[in-house]
Amino acid sequence: MPVGSKKWWKTLGKQYQLLIMSIPFVCLLVLFSYGPLWGWIVAFQKYYPGRGIFGSEFIGFDNFTRLFKDERFYLTLRNTLVMSIMSLITGFVGAIGLALLLNEVRTRLFKRTIQTVTYIPHFVSMVVIANIVLTFLSPDEGAVNQFLLWLGITDKPIYFMGEGSLYWIINTLVGLWKELGWSTIIYLAVLAGLNQETYEAADVDGAGRFQKMLHISLPGLLPTALMLFMLSLGSLINTGYEMQMLLGNPLNMDHSEVLDLYALNRTLGAGQYGLGVALSIFKSFVSLILVFTANYFVRKGGHARLF
Amino acid sequence: MTRNRNIGDMAFTVLNTTFLVLLGAVTLYPFLNLLAISFNDPLDSIKGQITLWPNIFTINNYKIVFQNDALYSAVVMSVLRTVVGTSLSVICTSMLAYTLSRKEFLLRKPVNLILVISMYVNGGLIPGYLLIKSLGLTNSFWVYIIPGLVGVFNVIIVRSYFDSLPEGLMESARIDGANDFQILFRIVLPVSMPVIATITLFIAVGHWNSWFDNYLFNTRENLNVLQYELMKILTQSTAQVTADASGYVDPDALRVTTPQSIRATMTIIATVPILLVYPFLQKYFIKGMTVGSMKE
Repeated sequence: MPVGSKKWWKTLGKQYQLLIMSIPFVCLLVLFSYGPLWGWIVAFQKYYPGRGIFGSEFIGFDNFTRLFKDERFYLTLRNTLVMSIMSLITGFVGAIGLALLLNEVRTRLFKRTIQTVTYIPHFVSMVVIANIVLTFLSPDEGAVNQFLLWLGITDKPIYFMGEGSLYWIINTLVGLWKELGWSTIIYLAVLAGLNQETYEAADVDGAGRFQKMLHISLPGLLPTALMLFMLSLGSLINTGYEMQMLLGNPLNMDHSEVLDLYALNRTLGAGQYGLGVALSIFKSFVSLILVFTANYFVRKGGHARLF
Repeated sequence: MTRNRNIGDMAFTVLNTTFLVLLGAVTLYPFLNLLAISFNDPLDSIKGQITLWPNIFTINNYKIVFQNDALYSAVVMSVLRTVVGTSLSVICTSMLAYTLSRKEFLLRKPVNLILVISMYVNGGLIPGYLLIKSLGLTNSFWVYIIPGLVGVFNVIIVRSYFDSLPEGLMESARIDGANDFQILFRIVLPVSMPVIATITLFIAVGHWNSWFDNYLFNTRENLNVLQYELMKILTQSTAQVTADASGYVDPDALRVTTPQSIRATMTIIATVPILLVYPFLQKYFIKGMTVGSMKE
């Protein structure tokens, strides 16, 4: 049945209920995911909110020139990439490690309990997480400082949130703590699907549990791990900004400010909308390049493509 | 040989169990500690001796939070947003997923294509902000609901579940004269509870935990949600600590409660509803997560 023919339209008419159930939501999706692209025009304008896109003056690539000349841009780009890479690596190693260890637990109730407990931080809001971090790292009565004092590692409380150099480490550890349990789900599913005969054969050969974990379970996880790793390379430049916003303060700002926060400060704070939008465009292009590069390498590696 | 192996395996089991118990403790302790502080006398908490159990038990902290008009209204707004937003989202997501699982739907392919592409299209933070501003969605309850009404990831999870249902189920209903709405709501949804439970949990948690849309778009105080109020208290006290590293405590506030106790109490209020729900849905969402990610 050719598209657009009389019969096609007639059949479509009969499917009006399916249209009612899909078209409004497709429109909504188009509006909110493609709609912001319309706003990209602002990057080429001297934009004033009062005048809107139609009333603002075009200034060519000035916003991009200003962006690439701004030292703060390079500083926040560095913070974004460093924190992304740190979270990516620790997240992967942590998730695979924990999945392997959970997989060795024979008591089902114990395994389920540990899983349920380690999922908690994933479901909790970033505001609550930030609250916990600030409470526990506080120089006054924070549990971490008390513990360090008790151990004698330090003789006076450390003001963790005031040390810029510590921020990246804190950010990485908090992210790891929040998502570690949750990120094991997919690996545990893969482990459950591995061929049991291989394990039995290893038993006959006299392999211990640690050896089986190292030589059967770990290699079994690697294809999935590699695929997920490539997938997340595409979002290297899109590290979250909620944690950095909540834990950031004037003292650690040079290490905590990421690109999105820089854009927010420049637009909401200083009214430089063009600069903020130019940054969004820059980020979109970088992540597009990253996604295609990752896809190329995955394909070259002989694994399924991402899209 | 076997003996050595058994000793090695036992050592491994002991080490593994110890490590996992420690990990569980490190995850759980902060929440239990804040729970204890929220039920402890504020002045006593300042001494910093509370670990897992309140020293001087009181429910005053909770009374103070719920007697404060702004905080009470924020709790109500969070509940309202979660209930309205989640029910609308679940209904709309199921409808869209249903049309994509109907093979005879003429627009199935183009709709599917638009969905998949939109997963890779990202206009960015500031353009998104400008869009919502220009749509006039600011200072409105609906800015919490409409922009995220249907999420592509959830549509994919639900559709792959619908696809796995036997085709005869829908066919026989159609022969009996049921229309698409009846098929979806009376036949398909009742047998799809595992996946519906999964997305309901994901969407509800997302709504309950949101504060950034509140921060960006709503300045009217009666629209503030709980997480945003908690965020305000948090940044205020950070600002105080930054101003004076020794920590500043308002003497007036000291008579009733302390920032520390209020923060702990609000954290517990913001966390407990989630903790009450998700363990019961665990086996569903694990399945939903796995199916959804494999499909991608």
